Amino acid sequence: MTMELWLEQEEADRETFEMTFMIPIENGNGVKNAEADSQRTLYPYVTGTSVVAIKYKDGILMASDMGGSYGSTLRYKNIERMKAIGKHSLLGASGEISDFQEILRYLDELMLNDNMWDDGNSLGPKEVHNYLTRVMYNRRNKFNPLWNTLVLGGVKNGEKYLGMVSMIGVSFEDNHVATGFGNHLARPILRDEWREDLSFEEGVKLLEKCMRVLLYRDRSAINKLQIAKMTEEGVTVSEPYSLKTFWDFKAFTNPTVGAEGSW
Amino acid sequence: MTQSSVDLPPKGGFSFDLCKRNDMLTQKGLKAPSFLKTGTTIVGLIFKDGVILGADTRATEGPIVADKNCEKIHYMAPNIYCCGAGTAADTEAVTDMVSSQLRLHRYQTGRDSRVITALTLLKKHLFSYQGHVSAALVLGGVDITGPHLHTIYPHGSTDTLPFATMGSGSLAAMSVFEAKYKEGLTRDEGIKLVAEAICSGIFNDLGSGSNVDICVITKGHKEYLRNYMEPNPRTYVSSKGYSFTKKTEVLLTKITPLSERVEIVEVAGEAMEE
Repeated sequence: MTMELWLEQEEADRETFEMTFMIPIENGNGVKNAEADSQRTLYPYVTGTSVVAIKYKDGILMASDMGGSYGSTLRYKNIERMKAIGKHSLLGASGEISDFQEILRYLDELMLNDNMWDDGNSLGPKEVHNYLTRVMYNRRNKFNPLWNTLVLGGVKNGEKYLGMVSMIGVSFEDNHVATGFGNHLARPILRDEWREDLSFEEGVKLLEKCMRVLLYRDRSAINKLQIAKMTEEGVTVSEPYSLKTFWDFKAFTNPTVGAEGSW
Repeated sequence: MTQSSVDLPPKGGFSFDLCKRNDMLTQKGLKAPSFLKTGTTIVGLIFKDGVILGADTRATEGPIVADKNCEKIHYMAPNIYCCGAGTAADTEAVTDMVSSQLRLHRYQTGRDSRVITALTLLKKHLFSYQGHVSAALVLGGVDITGPHLHTIYPHGSTDTLPFATMGSGSLAAMSVFEAKYKEGLTRDEGIKLVAEAICSGIFNDLGSGSNVDICVITKGHKEYLRNYMEPNPRTYVSSKGYSFTKKTEVLLTKITPLSERVEIVEVAGEAMEE
């Protein structure tokens, strides 16, 4: 009889253990610990919109606006989403701003360690791109991604480099890249009009064309943008400025011509 | 007990009776049959003398291209054409229906149809079906009040625009328009811009492809340029294309007119009566 009681107690203990620590989830994701969930990134909060970048004759040109949206509110209007990394690289990011700042901290540490070697070598854009790809992919494998799409451009020893890493770790390099809405709106223009030997003025005009279309058609874009230039000499990020827009189409001023009173 | 139920005539609009049954079936695991969607790029723009409409020619059924060369620019009236995106059956049916309504209206009023008439008929129909008729349309034409271009969304809202794009390739085409459109384009500039926008959709959107159709409508005149551009031609391994070996030889050609062998006799009084 004592044996049965002991078995019963075992059963009861196991049940209480399961009830407290394992909360089963119905769609077959397996059993997860409720506490771990609150530590993972589930959705982004403060987001930046698209970044567009191209290779031109002397290096890389990158453009992004300065807005940080909190859901559907335009909360911050002075966020610099492009930063220089070391002497040879330029990083632009769209997506969650806090994750971008975290990535900048990681890269700071990386650059610091690189400097401490003091061996005359410095990390170039290819290396930084590879590092970022590893970081993003590893975070995605832990189901806790850094919610960003990063654009990495740079020039080292005369070689131009432009690459992109997304939040799930997809990485590639190309002559022109765009993130977010820029994928749909800017890429067609870049595919049509990008050439191997664009001058600085032509490159800026091309980027402004893309940014203007994004300003018209992306709801989270604002009319305050920066253009960053990366050449062998170094990085220059321009002062913020705004684009001219045109709203005087006849159909906009009088959409009900011929049928006054309708809509 | 008498059944005093009167058979009322069915009210107009969508009958939602079977929705509960469909819900139950999908919960039990039945997959509803997929419909032919035109993943599409359709555009329109107003130029100096009228309206130019453009469309690609690919019809998709999920991931498969069902029709490589379908027609997405539908006739509404001699001076009004309509491009359709969304479910192919819906766009065809809705434009056919409104086209015949416009014709009857023309007979009754004795005047040319106006674009806003077509617009109001379409939007009334689509709104009453609360978005279940999945037709997104670009309607353009030239009537007595001038050139007009409108977009109509499946739920029934409309816009009046100088240039418009709809469909899955609408963003790619819109980027071309936003960058390059200006008022007062000539006919050739307008056609070139429309072709560029459709090509942008064809090459940058997976739901659009094949050829470019264009329709130019001006006051009193219209030109339907079917397959105006074919940027995706069928290519063959050999430059001569595909040739079939001759199997049958023609030995003799003799034409025997049949009317000589048959006598037609008109009998008075037996002719078909009116």
